[in-house]
Amino acid sequence: MIKKVYADNAATTKLSERAFEAMKPYLTEVFGNASSLYSEGGKAKKGVDAARETVAEVLNVQPSEIYFLSGGSEADNWAIKGAAELGAKKGKKHIISSKFEHHAVLHTLEYLEKHGYEVTLLDVHEDGLVRPEELEAAIREDTALITIMFANNEIGTIQPIKELASIAKKHGILFHTDAVQAVGTVSVDIKDLGVDMLSMSSHKFHGPKGVGALYVRKGIRLPNLVHGGAQERGFRAGTENTAGLVGMAEALKESAEVMEERNKRLEKMRDRLIDNLLKIDRSRVNGDRKSRLPGNVNMCFEGIEGESLLLSLDLKGISSSSGSACTSGSLDPSHVLLSIGLPHEIAHGSLRLTFSTENTEEDIDYILEVLPPIVEKLRSMSPLWEKIVSENK
Amino acid sequence: MAYSEKVMDHFANPRNVGEMENADGVGEVGNPKCGDIMKMYIKVDDDVITDVSFKTFGCGAAIATSSMATELVKGHTIEEALQLTNKAVMEALDGLPPVKVHCSVLAEQAIKAAVSDYYERKGIDPKDVVGEIPEPIECHFEEN
Repeated sequence: MIKKVYADNAATTKLSERAFEAMKPYLTEVFGNASSLYSEGGKAKKGVDAARETVAEVLNVQPSEIYFLSGGSEADNWAIKGAAELGAKKGKKHIISSKFEHHAVLHTLEYLEKHGYEVTLLDVHEDGLVRPEELEAAIREDTALITIMFANNEIGTIQPIKELASIAKKHGILFHTDAVQAVGTVSVDIKDLGVDMLSMSSHKFHGPKGVGALYVRKGIRLPNLVHGGAQERGFRAGTENTAGLVGMAEALKESAEVMEERNKRLEKMRDRLIDNLLKIDRSRVNGDRKSRLPGNVNMCFEGIEGESLLLSLDLKGISSSSGSACTSGSLDPSHVLLSIGLPHEIAHGSLRLTFSTENTEEDIDYILEVLPPIVEKLRSMSPLWEKIVSENK
Repeated sequence: MAYSEKVMDHFANPRNVGEMENADGVGEVGNPKCGDIMKMYIKVDDDVITDVSFKTFGCGAAIATSSMATELVKGHTIEEALQLTNKAVMEALDGLPPVKVHCSVLAEQAIKAAVSDYYERKGIDPKDVVGEIPEPIECHFEEN
């Protein structure tokens, strides 16, 4: 049987056993509506309340500051559109973000631009990091919101969120961070960070899909997201996804418990993989190597195209991802790789491997055994590689 | 997006791949910025394409369409090869996802470019035989 290595944990993760077990009763006998007054409803409500308390505790905030919703994209949309609406009431219609945000942020900002808002996207430089002084310089009298992602989903670079948030605070501007790749992966203490809003998504840390949360600091009153019943304190109506949010809370708790040891292990695996893949001629790491998610490897191999690399790895049982245009269905390579200054022809040849608690050193061994010959094979049939070699003789 | 079994077969086991020494015609189409380049080599004997090979930088569909195109023209006359359409390449591969149709267009053009080069080497203006090779489907990219 062919060995299987799942190395696309930034896309989604496997549901943990603990989360699954915690969810089970809420998928079967505890089916009541949390809003109902009889005991069946009460049991469901208990589950919802406990989940909120757990999430709040792990992230060091108050339970009343956690709003459950369907996932990271919904959280980003609500935070940004909501803050934009609050800003407009004071005549402030300028938003600052960065060039390599997730599309859930960038497309929301494009929507707002069409509705009269102005957006400044900060450069992320070659290392994939926002510069605090550039944020400060971009602030205007009418800046309503700053939204900068905690960790990039493609290249894994971790932004100096605490510093950025303190600049926003100094100027009295709301600060949101899309922490979808960070929560459950690295330590996130929201009070310490000093952010006003923070998005998270359960399936990125071994929880179920279709559930996430937005942290909204006490005192900020966003406009309602979904009108209807009194769920989520009236801000987001709709019967709770009880099993989903119970699973999310359990997965988050589990992540926090194993985090320190797991990350030490993942960092070692990541660095060994990068060091060895860099031995391949004309390869490069994308994004800063130090300020980086423990399980993120993102590399470019010149002269080959990312999708054919991804497919070749898949034939060997390895699941990966690429920022090549071909995988996204557009003709442009990933905006993230372009934002760090890679030329198109190199950005097309990118490969992302992302690891989680499920991965082992043996997985790294296997990738190191399989990947270099694939690169060699694809290069041997690439006219672009032929050109690169002849031009550099 | 999923590829047909035939596409995956031609991707995993490409036919007629590699450079050809002493080719009678070589054609290259595509642009690295757009993520694909195809290079076709042909050997011609008495108007028959006796041998053909390719080198491709590109996605799975680019490699598979190149491979299939070489199979479809090998052993055929130049006249027959010039009638090869991107549609025929796609059909032979049991279809392509919509975003990959441009790969089959490139494969058709690469064959035509190789034939053009063959005529040029013989001192014959290829335009009369091959006609204009249409520009590849546009690839919009922003310069950094």
